[in-house]
Amino acid sequence: MTETTGTFAVKKGLAQMLKGGVIMDVVTAEHARIAEDAGACAVMALERVPADIRADGGVARMSDPELILKIMDTVTIPVMAKCRIGHFVEAQILEALGVDYIDESEVLTPADESHHIYKHDFKVPFVCGCRNLGEALRRIGEGAAMIRTKGEAGTGDVIEAVRHARTVLGEIRHLQTMPVEELMTYAKMIGAPFELVMEVHKTGTLPVVNFAAGGIATPADAALMMQLGVDGVFVGSGIFKSGDPAKRAAAIVKSVTHYNEPKILAEISRNLGEPMVGRQISSLPETELMAGRGW
Amino acid sequence: MRIGILALQGAFIEHEKMLHNLGVETQQVRLSQHLNGLDGLIIPGGESTTIAKLAIDFGLFDDLKAFASEHPVWGTCAGAILLAKDDQSNPPRLDVMDIQIVRNAFGRQVDSFQADLQVAALAHLNGSNPTFPAVFIRAPIINAVGKKVEILAQIGFDKIVVARQGHLLATVFHPELTNDDRFHRYFLEMIPSK
Repeated sequence: MTETTGTFAVKKGLAQMLKGGVIMDVVTAEHARIAEDAGACAVMALERVPADIRADGGVARMSDPELILKIMDTVTIPVMAKCRIGHFVEAQILEALGVDYIDESEVLTPADESHHIYKHDFKVPFVCGCRNLGEALRRIGEGAAMIRTKGEAGTGDVIEAVRHARTVLGEIRHLQTMPVEELMTYAKMIGAPFELVMEVHKTGTLPVVNFAAGGIATPADAALMMQLGVDGVFVGSGIFKSGDPAKRAAAIVKSVTHYNEPKILAEISRNLGEPMVGRQISSLPETELMAGRGW
Repeated sequence: MRIGILALQGAFIEHEKMLHNLGVETQQVRLSQHLNGLDGLIIPGGESTTIAKLAIDFGLFDDLKAFASEHPVWGTCAGAILLAKDDQSNPPRLDVMDIQIVRNAFGRQVDSFQADLQVAALAHLNGSNPTFPAVFIRAPIINAVGKKVEILAQIGFDKIVVARQGHLLATVFHPELTNDDRFHRYFLEMIPSK
């Protein structure tokens, strides 16, 4: 019997196991333990949460491998880590460390202004951000085994996450109703691989798991994204920039399971302490927006 | 026949699709009352720590244990972990099957793999394919089984990957991630007819 590693089914399969779950940003081993105890289905190991990257400015890069390894040693759930857009050497390093998923992320400063990583070359799976269907299918074409809508990270403002989820899911519904002779022109228009456009037209769904990210700060935010139709959520700054991270983390996990039960949501939303201090996206200058990074 | 699928977290939709394609009615189980009137239950893959925590927090854990003592239950990956004997490690186990199981036993995600597995118990369902396309995702291994447990498949001499104890079935891989419904049909055969 031969055992084959790194197949697309295996890469996509891990994302399927994360569905209905919450992936939390953590910056220390202690955070990672809190996240695991709260019921996170995975953690994202990084040096600074997006709210701090935003506040500090400067170039944001892959985290110190030492930090990532410490977090991998601390928890038994999958550990993800971020590399810069197009920085395939950071990705090689993360793969060598043995991280379970790589996020080629717009939250870090892009390393390449026109190309993403060719992700089929790696055994480790990748998740990538998108704002619309064309961007999602370009990333899947490059080998991403999981997609997340971008939102606007580090703001605590869910409006962009909603916009991106509505856009992707709305475009899929539209594509499903199109006659086949319009698909090539549609593929050209949205800049997506034709074969993937054909596939989504037939199946009515992305070929990989789709999470929401960027600005989710409360159980209600998480349940909103689930009701809109995503498979799970990433929470970045929203947990460890809040008053009581352990409590809020556990509440958001529950809200993703019981997203359709307002009575349960009301109960778990009680008395969570201060949420993160948000920054309204409409108040941010264009140059500070991260979601536009990605080609 | 109505089969429940534990829907706290993980790949429960994949199992639901498989069963719907076989014409079986299903129920997503998130709270104890969803177990009422079910003929069997699937505990899917996902993160076992997350699933166990949610089951405990919503008062479902003991009811799952009671259900599994009387009805057919199939656990895949995380689900197999939950069915195992309580060994005081994280996550808490339902302690209903006499198997010991070790989490992430093959390594991290880069070690996840596909393999064609010999499963004699599926022979009567095989058709033209003598092996089963098994997908192992950060998979556990069953490393010890009690006397009442039947070993249905293993890798090499010591890595047990499918085990059955009467009305309980554990697979450490994911038949729900394939287009092959033989394990789902095998489980349906375990449901007593009314």
